[in-house]
Amino acid sequence: MVVLSTAELSGLAQELRADSLKMIATAVSGHPGGSLSAAEILATLYFKELAFRAQEPSWPGRDRFILSKGHAVPVLYAALCRAGCIEEEELSTLRSIDSRLQGHPDHVRLPWIEAATGSLGQGLSVSVGMALGEKLDNENSYRTYCLMGDGEIQAGQVWEAAMSAGKFGLAKLTGIVDYNKVQLDGRVSNIMDLEPLADKWEAFGWHVVDVDGNDIDSLLAAYDSARANDEKPTVIIAQTIKGKGVSFMEDTHAWHGKAPNENELEQALLELGVGAAQDN
Amino acid sequence: MAKATRVAFGEALARLGATHENVVVVDGDLSCSTNTRKFSEQFPARFIQLGIAEGNMVGVAAGLAMTGKIPFVSSFACFLAGRFEQIRMSVGYNNANVRLVGTHAGVGTGEDGYSQMGLEDVALMRSLPNMVVLQPADAVEAERATEFLADYVGPAYLRLSRQALPDIFDSDYSFEFGKGIRLREGRDLVLVASGGVVANCLEAAELLAANGVEAGVVNIHTIKPLDEQLLREVASNSSRVLTVEDHGVIGGLGSAVVEALSEMPDVVVRRHGVLGYGESGTQVDLYARHMLDSAGIAEAARRFLTPDVEAVATG
Repeated sequence: MVVLSTAELSGLAQELRADSLKMIATAVSGHPGGSLSAAEILATLYFKELAFRAQEPSWPGRDRFILSKGHAVPVLYAALCRAGCIEEEELSTLRSIDSRLQGHPDHVRLPWIEAATGSLGQGLSVSVGMALGEKLDNENSYRTYCLMGDGEIQAGQVWEAAMSAGKFGLAKLTGIVDYNKVQLDGRVSNIMDLEPLADKWEAFGWHVVDVDGNDIDSLLAAYDSARANDEKPTVIIAQTIKGKGVSFMEDTHAWHGKAPNENELEQALLELGVGAAQDN
Repeated sequence: MAKATRVAFGEALARLGATHENVVVVDGDLSCSTNTRKFSEQFPARFIQLGIAEGNMVGVAAGLAMTGKIPFVSSFACFLAGRFEQIRMSVGYNNANVRLVGTHAGVGTGEDGYSQMGLEDVALMRSLPNMVVLQPADAVEAERATEFLADYVGPAYLRLSRQALPDIFDSDYSFEFGKGIRLREGRDLVLVASGGVVANCLEAAELLAANGVEAGVVNIHTIKPLDEQLLREVASNSSRVLTVEDHGVIGGLGSAVVEALSEMPDVVVRRHGVLGYGESGTQVDLYARHMLDSAGIAEAARRFLTPDVEAVATG
């Protein structure tokens, strides 16, 4: 893989945002806010951090990525497209009948999806199972990454999973919390506050890295920190902005699960600075 | 020798550990009750203890399965059924190669009472399109079903008894997935049963025969996929089918049989099973209370065959 510069990864994140919004607009439904907040996370994972083969989704040595916050799947489809796994024309089929690009990730229909998610709170458990399987084989074959939403980790199962990852010392498991502070009904701090969040993960036996999750270099450093720790699972608390990159979508729950209309999409693409060059 | 199917499962599992290196066992602080303890002692590295956190346990098992492991996830049937959301999403929808093993089926669980009794598990598990549902009737069948599951590919549910069950099958018994077994022929009605009550149905058929009623008995070890062909055959022979199960009467074997025979206009099916919630008591007392012992099943059959006696055991 060509090594991309920070500026190139930043540009790529903007493109993932644009692709996500176009897909959602075409589908006339979907979740823009949590897709946009995670764009740098997906860009750094798929174009720097993860080992995978675009045309061989079941390659045993691939790193596993589980999008536990399944509603943000447009940004994952966009990343898979840019990475050469799926064709660009398929993006416009999001959420339509017979599409492999289901409204939430579908492992059986789309082989690059490691696990079906969308019923929140379950992805970390599946990730723990995958990391445990790798550890049992003792062949040093892959790492496992799990991206969770902040609202999602209100679910008790996440903490069951966190406890088990700590118990087994799953050092090759990296959790990422897309801490964009806003969930469907409003602000996370009002609905069910997570703080002190770093303390919680630490108490469950995790190595914690708290970073600006919309900053490329900070994320890359966090992945390095996770790799350097060989005793504990790592959680990256990625401080992000919901709806990042589009002024009217930022930091509001209004755009958690609403598609932009034609004018709104045009304005968003203009702000992202990548609209004119794209035409899917 | 009478033996609980959970015990036979545990013994078979420990043997399979030696021949199937990808078999792993996932448990939630119940290995002494579900009988996975023996496996844990022989293969400690492949025994994953996750504590009292069954939702996570189901998800971890799905993840293990998707890396090529063959996880047997054991807990009480009711606690697995209680994690239906994780089972439908992480196991079913992913088509993950997970074996869910639910012990302490039905009111046969006994003194612990309703909170520990699996009474809705079959209804839930069989509602998932790709989930197969097995329930052995004795120790030999449990052992063979466990061996079958070690090589089966796809989500599966195995339902086991807490209480010891009398032997029905010889040691040379061969498990045929998806095939019902005619244990006894009878022209007046046929008892279609699964699990721990099958032996009681055989005894009930003896009691009925003493009173001139010829009752057939069919053992359904594979509740899903159901042997519809066999059911249609036995139903066309006797036209009256009494399903018998230690499970709630809603959604279990009885419902599956009704669904299978719904287009046979001359066949009458009555479902006999547990009504309401369970309760504490000895297994013997509870089987008498719920008419799942041989005398109770025979009485349910007599009421079924006698039109002027009001049905009490259907829901």
